[in-house]
Amino acid sequence: MGRDLVLELPTDVHSIERAVDLVMNRCLSRAGHARRLDLNFRVGLTEALSNAMLYGNADDPSKSVVVEISHEAGVIRATVRDHGSGFDPSTVPDPTRPENLARPCGRGLFLMRQLLDEVWFNDRGNEVTLVLRLDAGGPFEGGAEA
Amino acid sequence: MSFQVSKSGEISLIEVEGQLIVGNRQELKQQVLEQLEGGDRKFVIDFANTGYIDSSGLGVLVSLSKKIREQGGELRLSSLNEDLRTLFELTKLDTLFRITDDKVEALEGF
Repeated sequence: MGRDLVLELPTDVHSIERAVDLVMNRCLSRAGHARRLDLNFRVGLTEALSNAMLYGNADDPSKSVVVEISHEAGVIRATVRDHGSGFDPSTVPDPTRPENLARPCGRGLFLMRQLLDEVWFNDRGNEVTLVLRLDAGGPFEGGAEA
Repeated sequence: MSFQVSKSGEISLIEVEGQLIVGNRQELKQQVLEQLEGGDRKFVIDFANTGYIDSSGLGVLVSLSKKIREQGGELRLSSLNEDLRTLFELTKLDTLFRITDDKVEALEGF
């Protein structure tokens, strides 16, 4: 699977919407699964970029985030890499548990796992890969394992 | 994103246009907090013209709801489209907010 699109973004949360639009336009024009892309993939990619900038790069504008998008045989894959020291995704608490429900943060990874078919991290924890299978189901049918 | 603010009696109605996401969430937060400091206690945020809300946007709504409740007030949400409702259901935030089908219902029941 080759890389169809590579972006290097500055750490600036205001750049996320435009970057995601660019990726979506590329994917939508080639795939034709608008609803599953525009819901599951858009939200998942937005969350991955947001996490990379705010937590990975600690909102440091001198650090960048690299996004690689590939699309082949009905599978969209996005890899988002930051320059942080990484984290252990298994330590992120379930935001839907009653004791966490009123917390203002901690829902990004949860949404990624709910909306994408696969979500995995490299060993260091500073790179996440999102996989969406276009024919896997309807909108909001994701279900990557935690 | 932009938003329009109006008053219906003692209720503040904030109508959001566009996506409520990490890049603009602070604008909405600042607006509501200024009104809260000014004495407003009843808030309706209407999403009839909102495409989607990311986790940061959801977080701002949770934070605002808490601050408003601490002041004896209430925040209601209205006009969530199907996708937004699903996001609230996935995150179980539909149990945290009173959500109405439209702004009229939210205003009438306050």
